Amino acid sequence: MSEAALSRKAGSRPLAWRGRVLPLVIFGLLALVPVLSGADYALNLFERVMIFGIAALALDLIVGFGGLVSFGHAAFVGLGAYAAGILAFHGLGDTLLALPAAILLAALFAAATGAISLRTRGVYFIMITLAFGQMAFFTASSLAPYGGDDGMTLRMRNTLAGFDVFANEHVFYYATFAAALGVYVLCRALVGSRFGRVLRGARENPTRMAALGYEVFRYQLVAYVIAGAIAGIAGFLLANATNFVSPAYMSWQRSGELIVMVMFGGIGTLEGAVLGAAAYILLSEYLSQWTEHWALIFGPLLVAVVLFARGGLIGAIDRLRRRRP
Amino acid sequence: MSLLLLIVQTLNGLQFGVLLFLIAAGLTLVFGVMDFINLAHGVQYMLGAYLAVMFYALTGSFLAALVLALIASLAFGLLLEFTIFRKLYDRDHLEQVIATFGIILFLNEGVKVVWGASPLSLPVPEALSGSVVLMPGLLYPVWRIVIIVAGLAVALLLYGLVTWTRVGMLVRAGASNARMVSVLGIDIRRLFMIVFGFGTMLAGFAGIMIAPILSVQPGMGDTVLILAFVVIVIGGIGSIRGAFLAALLIGLVDTLGRSFAVDILRLFMAPSPARTVGPALASMLIYLLMALVLYVRPAGLFPAKGRG
Amino acid sequence: MSGPVLRVENLSKRYGGLVVTDDVSLDIGPGELHAIIGPNGAGKTTLINEISGLVATDGGRILFNGADITGLPAHARAAAGLARCFQITSVLPNFSALENVALAAQARDGSSFRFFGRADEEARLNARALAALEEVGLSARADVAAGQLSHGEKRALELAIALALEPKMLLLDEPMAGTGHDETAVLSGVLQRLKGRFPMLLIEHDMSVVFALADRVSVMVYGRILASGAPEAIRTDPKVVAAYLGEEAA
Repeated sequence: MSEAALSRKAGSRPLAWRGRVLPLVIFGLLALVPVLSGADYALNLFERVMIFGIAALALDLIVGFGGLVSFGHAAFVGLGAYAAGILAFHGLGDTLLALPAAILLAALFAAATGAISLRTRGVYFIMITLAFGQMAFFTASSLAPYGGDDGMTLRMRNTLAGFDVFANEHVFYYATFAAALGVYVLCRALVGSRFGRVLRGARENPTRMAALGYEVFRYQLVAYVIAGAIAGIAGFLLANATNFVSPAYMSWQRSGELIVMVMFGGIGTLEGAVLGAAAYILLSEYLSQWTEHWALIFGPLLVAVVLFARGGLIGAIDRLRRRRP
Repeated sequence: MSLLLLIVQTLNGLQFGVLLFLIAAGLTLVFGVMDFINLAHGVQYMLGAYLAVMFYALTGSFLAALVLALIASLAFGLLLEFTIFRKLYDRDHLEQVIATFGIILFLNEGVKVVWGASPLSLPVPEALSGSVVLMPGLLYPVWRIVIIVAGLAVALLLYGLVTWTRVGMLVRAGASNARMVSVLGIDIRRLFMIVFGFGTMLAGFAGIMIAPILSVQPGMGDTVLILAFVVIVIGGIGSIRGAFLAALLIGLVDTLGRSFAVDILRLFMAPSPARTVGPALASMLIYLLMALVLYVRPAGLFPAKGRG
Repeated sequence: MSGPVLRVENLSKRYGGLVVTDDVSLDIGPGELHAIIGPNGAGKTTLINEISGLVATDGGRILFNGADITGLPAHARAAAGLARCFQITSVLPNFSALENVALAAQARDGSSFRFFGRADEEARLNARALAALEEVGLSARADVAAGQLSHGEKRALELAIALALEPKMLLLDEPMAGTGHDETAVLSGVLQRLKGRFPMLLIEHDMSVVFALADRVSVMVYGRILASGAPEAIRTDPKVVAAYLGEEAA
């Protein structure tokens, strides 16, 4: 069976380097950032990398594995942030309350909007998710007591069981790291599970899956809600990392950025989502320090990636490795 | 809530709707015929406005600025089509979204570099400035009426082109089934270029016409783009008629909604919550409408035959 | 259990002015292999689509083991035991042949809302999948991506997938479509072995296969059932000969 084993390319089992080496490298490096540079600036930067990495992982679940291109994913991040922010505003600033609230709010919104959106497909799905994202954006913009358009500054980060541990940047960094690692492991498990297999099958051939007896809508909805909930976690962390919540967290441009991150790294790879988030954030940070007109470089870069670098970063690395003798 | 206000806002809604139609028409054709999601259509509109401002500064004549800006818009659009978009027709929607998103980023920054970040303006042509008395006590700007008339004229022109000319027939056929059209031996690339060029010119035209009223600034295409997409989704992709009706509907709903939301809500609730909920609801109205339409008719209200 | 496994009553479907299935009624008893033959465009595939739920019927009823399934969506009918093979191969091209079949076995093996544990390592599912692949002669190709199988192998895979569903009834839409002589013989042999295990509704153009396998044959022309009965009776029925079989009956 060794011939057959070699030709086993189907299923979700990644090649060894991708499945073991790459995640080790990525998370290893992330774990070492506070050691390599204790500066708050660096910590903040990589906190953002991990937070958007979490949001991108969630998006990759539904885009890369479910085949559902959602253009309103930033809404879930924003909802998570606002849940934390609003509770903190009213003096309920503990993680044990705020985090579950963030997850719940995002998940409920995902359930309600997903139930409607998933009745459509193709570009209509893209548009309707965009519409729901806009609705969330405008609702947040109109919440005058919570800052409205301008957003709301949070006096302090969430406490944990009463203790103000997240005020220490290192502690917060590792808490974010733990969340990112946890989400990654969760997504890996999901994708290879029975549920994940049905989802991936539905992406390839929904008619066939229905003919097998699977109610595709239900699986996609559950995936959509899970993705929303995970993005809510990212939102909670974002509110804490920046001490700020704003409707801009939910803008359609942000949703677009999340899609770009997933594509940058390689759609449908999971590691790619984290890599893509890192690439996007680090690149825009670096470029913006170099010139205020960094979009002039970034824009064409996106076009170039689409035209020439199919499969994103991971696709490129794959190709390089295949060229080695 | 006076009758006068109602009439004015209805006219404003029509004007907005007509503007949306000019932008959505190109978008729906490009999407319908080439199955190409062009997020950069919004910057095409913005570019039209900027070019008009520039040519007006150079020539001092609105008419000259209009013509030159239209030609420049068309040229730029065709350039984009030739160099980049052409390669994206075969790709999936996600990749098209990302590539055109990159173009938005580039051009929004680009106009800042060339023309600065402060808003620019274009004066209304002398002869068409000022207001006209529509009925006792009702003054309405002439230029807005010009926009409405121009938009309706373009709509009629498009309808005529699409229904009675050979190219129009090919476009309609392409919107239903592009592959079939190419199999029939029609030079599909040339058809695509014509469709794209026309759409681009329409968007640029919209930008030129609106420049005297709105301020011309980076990012002005972004909101309008989203609305245009809502229009074509509600109207049905590939359908000019659908785009027209949906654009007017949205223009009216949005304008009237924003003006009267608070007043209407006051009929059901206390003034204070009405004032908070009102504006939010007004902004969301169009999206609620789209969600509703998609729920009931997932292919839009007037999909091109053969789709949906 | 007595009574027909599948009963189709007055099934009709029209697209605009075109009537595709016209008041079709059929019965399929337990263990029966019922073949439907007829010229192209007679409405045979539409009939199967109506029975399996892919196409909504405009009139009539479908009873499966006595239960009215006319209003049920496709996935519910499949879950109730009504399996089908598609005329145009419909598999998951990037999954291996084994995983294609394992997904079918998974559908019959409890809940798929399990979020942990690698599905492709579940021994029971893989064993059932391998067994189905062996039945159709594909076990050596288990690990090949389905999209890379030959056309005949893909047709066999369709059959294996249906088998893994442990169906109460199988709808086969031209399983031999486009297969060469050898592959046809293999698939035909498989169907012969399956006879009696569960009832089958078979659409086929290959007359030798039809007359070798079928217990009963119905002839469909222009959306209507022209004649229905034992193979020999059909072969010699003058209406059928005139309308369809022509020289082929010889």
